[in-house]
Amino acid sequence: MSASIDIHGAVKAFGSQTVIDGVDLTLPSGSVTAILGPSGSGKSTLLRAINHLEPLDRGVVTIGGETIGVRLRTGRDGVPRYKELPERLILRQRARIGFVFQHFNLFPHLTALENVAEGPIASGVPASTARSRARALLDRVGLGDRADTRPRQLSGGQQQRVAIARALALEPSVVLLDEPTSALDPELVGEVLGVIRSLAESGTTLVIVTHEVAFARDVADHVVFLDHGRIVEQGPPAQVIDDPQHARTQDFLSRVR
Amino acid sequence: MTQTTHTERDAVTRPDAARSDADAHRASRQAGRPSDRAIDAAGRAALDRPVVPLRHPVRWIAAALVLVVLLNFVETLFTNEQWGWPAVGKWLFSPAILTGLQLTLVATALSAVISFAGGIVVAIARLSRNPVLSGLAWGYVWLFRSVPLILVLVFLYNLGSLYPTIGIGIPFGPQLEVPTANVLGDLAIGVIGLSLSEIAYASEIVRAGVLAVDHGQHEAAQALGLPRRRQFVRVILPQALRSIVPAFVNQIVGLLKASSLLFYVSLLDLFGVVQNLSSTYPTDIIPLLVVATIWYLVLTSAVSVVQYYVERWTARGAVRALPPTPFQRLRAAVRRRGRRSTAGPGGADRHGQAAATQRVVASGTSTTNDRAI
Repeated sequence: MSASIDIHGAVKAFGSQTVIDGVDLTLPSGSVTAILGPSGSGKSTLLRAINHLEPLDRGVVTIGGETIGVRLRTGRDGVPRYKELPERLILRQRARIGFVFQHFNLFPHLTALENVAEGPIASGVPASTARSRARALLDRVGLGDRADTRPRQLSGGQQQRVAIARALALEPSVVLLDEPTSALDPELVGEVLGVIRSLAESGTTLVIVTHEVAFARDVADHVVFLDHGRIVEQGPPAQVIDDPQHARTQDFLSRVR
Repeated sequence: MTQTTHTERDAVTRPDAARSDADAHRASRQAGRPSDRAIDAAGRAALDRPVVPLRHPVRWIAAALVLVVLLNFVETLFTNEQWGWPAVGKWLFSPAILTGLQLTLVATALSAVISFAGGIVVAIARLSRNPVLSGLAWGYVWLFRSVPLILVLVFLYNLGSLYPTIGIGIPFGPQLEVPTANVLGDLAIGVIGLSLSEIAYASEIVRAGVLAVDHGQHEAAQALGLPRRRQFVRVILPQALRSIVPAFVNQIVGLLKASSLLFYVSLLDLFGVVQNLSSTYPTDIIPLLVVATIWYLVLTSAVSVVQYYVERWTARGAVRALPPTPFQRLRAAVRRRGRRSTAGPGGADRHGQAAATQRVVASGTSTTNDRAI
């Protein structure tokens, strides 16, 4: 069900600006990791690199030992290189990695149920099975009664819960969440964090980019602090959040709180 | 805000009243109720009457002037014998005109369908990351947007003299050839000509629609691992249609009228028939032009009605609740009228009426919701 994530020597630049500058990270199977850092620190890019939405310039991501988006090939010169996979294979890998966006990105012309069932149907699950599973998932996020509603008729918190159900529909081994509560009104944050908390208890490997420091301390078992594309500090929340060693972490946490 | 200005003005005109106003203000702020002192006795007396909206007398004068000019013109429709209304009536449903109308309809419908499908293909090619494909698509659009439609049509019409036979075969090997004239009938030439040019415009409309879809939708479709084709057909295109449809219908209306150019490749469409009949019956030129105008108006109106419903369909999910259609509004109004007459003479039963209105409103909303969902 769940799988470990390994990031080796990740480097990514947009033009002349390096956004990920040599990141090595090991996240064990079933772990819940919060990535913190100031805006522009490269945390969203790192998360998107995990499912190859953002191809790396150097380095590789493996999930459960499988390289994502690339494969190792030895050229005629005898030098091994990671080569990008054909898009068809990348899409098949992504189907097993759940991704939750900051702005939900639900399909507005489809109902909540159709949104959740879309991924499984596309990957060959019979429509009736996919729909009944989608209904169960909507129940799980507390939206069983809104199955036939279109996203625009839902509140932000409800939309993000549908988006989480959609990410879970393909029974992913890891789920990546990119600032899942940043676009929500303060009173709607709680319901989404509740769903994420229950997800964390289910044993799926989670990686959450977040600004919710209190939530990170509560739910995450591992906290990574990123700045200028590098890992400044990492460890259990009690260490990184309550007793930060590095000046930049201390500065960031004092400003966020 | 208003209260403050009132108080300030009062303070200027009645200095002694200022303090008591301020006191009242403070008192009302404590009590959470508006101050009665902020408005004078006349102001309080006016509270019971509805606020009178701003009148617009100039609008009425302008409308009256326009109406006078319009009625003058309408009068000439009846008094000027040259309009020849009896002849219009004679020609409107005459077999010759209806045959021409049929050709206009067939050519327009075929070209519209072909150009929509072709436009999607060319737009996908143009958006493709493959430089050869996107270059070819760009070149196609460049060529057919630059050349006047009539030139394309006449060119195709004379294709037989450029390539007397067309065929395929192994280069420098055996060939399968047929005379060009046998393959391309007049209607085929017309439809191909119209389509070639329309595809160029349609592809730009489709491309604009696809580009207008939020980037997050592409990302979400990719993150779900949907295959490329499904991403486009299931996620991107349905959302792009919302901006494609109005522009493409506009294009169809243009196409409807552009089909009158088929006359130049010896096809007798509505306009062609009118031209022919005009030379045979020179006294009926004006009535025949009126007949053509009427039919083009009818066709364009029919397209507009279809457009309205197609746009409602593509808007699903883009708005929270769709407004009722004119028909739904009409039905609700009729129902309301019916309820009122059963409620009692002169609407004496005010409670019944209010309840009826509420029911209509409620049923109106439920229809809207059904449509929106």
